Amino acid sequence: MQTNKLLVPAVAAGLGILLAAPAVVFPLFLIQLLCLALFASALNLVLGYAGLLSLGHAAFFGGSAYVTAHAAKAWGLPFELAVLLGVAFATLLGLAFGALGIRRHGIYFAMVTLALAQMIYFLAVQMPFTGGEDGIQAVPRGKLLGLVDLSDTTTMYYVVLVIVVAALILVWRVVHSPFGHVLAAIRENEARAVSLGLNVERCKLIAFVISAALSGLAGSLKVIAFQLASLNNVSWHLSGEVVLMTLIGGVGTFFGPIVGAAFLVSLEHFLATSGLPIAAIIGAIFMACVMVFRRGFVGEFLHRRKD
Amino acid sequence: MTDSRERRLELKGLHSWYGESHVLHGTTLHVNRGEVVTILGRNGAGKTTTMRTIMGIVRKRKGEARLDGHDLIATPPHKVAGLGLGYVPEERGIFSSLNVAENLTLPPVVKSGGMGLDDIYELFPNLEGRDKTVGTRLSGGEQQMLAMARILRTGADFILLDEPTEGLAPVIVDEIAKALVKLKALGLTIILVEQNLKFATASADRHYVMDQGQVVDEFTNERLVSDMARINAHLGV
Amino acid sequence: MPDIFGMPVAVLLGQVLLGLINGSFYALLSLGLAIIFGMLNVINFAHGAFYMFGAFVTWMVMSWLGLSYWPALVVVPIVVGAFGAAIERLFLKRLYQVDHLYSLLFTFGLALVMEGLFRHVFGSAGKPYPVPQELTGVLKLGFMFLPVYRGWVIIAALLVCVATWLVIEKTRLGAYLRAATENPSLVQAFGINVPLMLTITYGFCVGLAGFAGVLAAPIYQVSPGMGSNLIIIVFAVVVIGGMGSIGGAILTGLSLGVIEGLTKTFYPSASSIVIFIVMVIVLMLRPAGLFGREA
Repeated sequence: MQTNKLLVPAVAAGLGILLAAPAVVFPLFLIQLLCLALFASALNLVLGYAGLLSLGHAAFFGGSAYVTAHAAKAWGLPFELAVLLGVAFATLLGLAFGALGIRRHGIYFAMVTLALAQMIYFLAVQMPFTGGEDGIQAVPRGKLLGLVDLSDTTTMYYVVLVIVVAALILVWRVVHSPFGHVLAAIRENEARAVSLGLNVERCKLIAFVISAALSGLAGSLKVIAFQLASLNNVSWHLSGEVVLMTLIGGVGTFFGPIVGAAFLVSLEHFLATSGLPIAAIIGAIFMACVMVFRRGFVGEFLHRRKD
Repeated sequence: MTDSRERRLELKGLHSWYGESHVLHGTTLHVNRGEVVTILGRNGAGKTTTMRTIMGIVRKRKGEARLDGHDLIATPPHKVAGLGLGYVPEERGIFSSLNVAENLTLPPVVKSGGMGLDDIYELFPNLEGRDKTVGTRLSGGEQQMLAMARILRTGADFILLDEPTEGLAPVIVDEIAKALVKLKALGLTIILVEQNLKFATASADRHYVMDQGQVVDEFTNERLVSDMARINAHLGV
Repeated sequence: MPDIFGMPVAVLLGQVLLGLINGSFYALLSLGLAIIFGMLNVINFAHGAFYMFGAFVTWMVMSWLGLSYWPALVVVPIVVGAFGAAIERLFLKRLYQVDHLYSLLFTFGLALVMEGLFRHVFGSAGKPYPVPQELTGVLKLGFMFLPVYRGWVIIAALLVCVATWLVIEKTRLGAYLRAATENPSLVQAFGINVPLMLTITYGFCVGLAGFAGVLAAPIYQVSPGMGSNLIIIVFAVVVIGGMGSIGGAILTGLSLGVIEGLTKTFYPSASSIVIFIVMVIVLMLRPAGLFGREA
C-alpha cells in the first residue's frame, strides 16, 4: 500500500518533468528516450510478465520503422497512417515470429527470435526500398491529422509524449487485467497453468503480439521524429540493448524498463563524445548486471521496501 | 542396543535443506562395520534425503556426519565416493546415453577388493552379454541390478541402497534379496531404505524409523519381527 | 559436362565445395555450442567472439611475435580455451543456479565487450593474414581450381569434428561427459569432479572456436565483427539441427554450408537468408530440430 501512496505523486512528478523538459533538454534526446522507454516496456511485457526472452525485438522496432519511413516518404502517407501501417507490419511480424517460436522454451525461444530477426536484418540490407547501408533518409514528418505541423521538434516531442504515455497506460492495463494475471500464473508455474486448463501457448502468443505491436509503434515514432530509418534499428545490438534496459531497470516491474531506458540512453548520450568504446561499456554493464544486480533499479527498490 | 562393533557411520543432529525447505530436522543414527541397517518410514519422512545428504548431493546441511572418522560435511561431493561410499539411488540412475557396459564401468574404482566382471555376472546373470544394449532399454529389475553392480565393481564397502525393490515383480525381488544376503556375507556395510518389510527383515540387523526428518524409533531385527504392531503404527499401515 | 537446371555440373560441384568451407566453420562452432549447451545448459553467445578472438590472436602472434601459422594452430586454441576456462570459473559457474537466461545474457554482454574492445583498439577494418607458404597454390580438381588452403580448411575442420565426436561417443571421458549431461549430481556422487569437468568442457569448446578462428584468418579478413556475423547464423544452424546430438550438429553445419553455396549459384540474393528460411521450415515441420530430442 505504501508503494501505492507513493505512486500517484511520483507519476505526477514524472509527467511534470517530461512536460517541462524541452525547456532545458534537447527535444530529440527526449524523444529518443521516450521511444526506447516504450520499446523496453513492450519487451518487458514478454520478458517480465510472460517469461519469454526475445532477442529479436529489433525486428519489430526497425521493421516498423522502415515501413513507416517508406510509407511517409515514397507514398506520401500522412503521419497517422504511416505510423499505423508500421504498427500493422510489426503486429503481423510478431504473429509470425510468435507462431514459429512460442513452442520452444527458454533459451531456444531466444535463439529462434534472434535468428528470425537477423533474417529481417539481412532483408533490410538487401531489399531495394530500404536503401541498404544508407537507409531511408529525409523522411517527412508531415502534419498530425492534417492540422498540427510536426516539423517543429518541440511539437513533435509533445505528440510523441502523448502517444507514448497512452501506450504505457495500455501496457499498465494489460498487466493489471485478468489476462495479465493469467500471464503471471504461467510465468510462476507453467505446468500448473496447463493443468488449470489455460491455453498457455495462446496467452504467450497474444502477449508477444501486443509487445511486437508496441515495439513497432516505438520504432515508427522514432523514425518520424529522427527522419531516418537505418540498419541500426534492426540490428541484434539493439535487440540486446533493449533487454539490458529492461534488466537494469527491473524485469517484471512496470517502471523498470522506463528507468532502464532513461539510464542507458543518457549514458550513451554522455559516452558518445567521450571517445570510449560504447559497445564494450554496455557489454560490461550487461555482465555486471547479470552477475550482481539481477533485480535492477526498480526491482531492488521494491525489494528493499518490502523488507 | 548398541553393540561393541566398530562404528563406521555416525550422524548426529543432521539438518539439511532443499533450497528453502528444511527436510532433515536433526537426524541421528549410526551404522557399524558389516551391518545391514534399514531406514523405514512413510513417504516424505526424509529417508532418501538422509542418503542424499550423506553423499553430499544435498549441499545445504548442518550437524555432524562422519564416516570412519572422516568429516562428511567438509568433504567435497566428488570426494565422498573415495571414502568407500557407494550410492544406488531410488530412480536407479541408469544413463540413457550410455550402453550397459559403459554404465557398468562408469563409476571409477575407489578401493581394491571390488567385484570383477565374473563375480558380477555370477551375482546378476541377467546382465551378461548385454554390453551393447542401451542402459535404459533394460527392464526395471535389470536396471536395478545394473545400478547395484556398477557400485560393487568400484570396491565401495559401504552401500546406500534406496528402495531397490520398488515397482519390481516378486521373482526379481527374490533375486535381489538373495544378492543382498550374499553382499552381507562378503562383509559389506549397507543402509537400506525399503517399504517392503518382508524384504527388509530378510537380511537386516537393525531398523530405524524416520518421521518428519527425524529418527523416531529403532529396533533390532528380532524385535521388529516379534512386534509388527509397533512398526505398523509408525508406518500408518 | 552436362548441365543441371541450366548450370554446368562443374560450377555446381565448385559451389558445393565452397559451401563445405563455410559449412566447416558452422560445424566447428555449432559442435562446440551443442556440447556446451548439453553439459552446462548455457547458450554461449560469446562463441562467435571467441572465434574472432582466435583469429585476432593468430594475427597478433604473427605481427608481434613473428609466430607463423603452424605453431599458431596449436598455441592459439590453447590460449583462447584457457581464457574461456577462466571465464567459466570466474563467472558462468555462479550462474548455474539461476535461470539459464542469465548465462545467455552474460555471454551476450561478454561478446559485446570483446567485440567492442577489439573495434576500439584495432578499428573495424579487416587485417589481412597470409596463407601459409606450404598451403599456397591451387588444386586442379577437373571441375574447378580449389585453392589448397581451402581444401586444408575442410579437411582440418572435419578431422577435428570427427575426433571430438569419437572422444565423446567412444571413450571413457566421453562416457563421463554424456552421463554428466544427464545427471550431474549422480556422476559427482560416483567420485567424478563434475565442476572441473564443466570448466574443461567449456574451455575445450571455446578452444574449438579459437581453432576455427585460426583456420579462418587466412581466408577472411581478421576483423572485430567477424564473430557476431557468424554466430547468429550458427544459432540458426543449431535450431535447425536441434541440441540433442553432437553428430547432428556436425552434419547440419556441413549441409547448411552446402545449401548456402548452392543458393549462391541459383539465386544469389537469397544466399544470406537461406539458412534462416530453412530454419523457419524446420520450425514449422519439426519444432525440436532435425536431430533434437527436446519435445
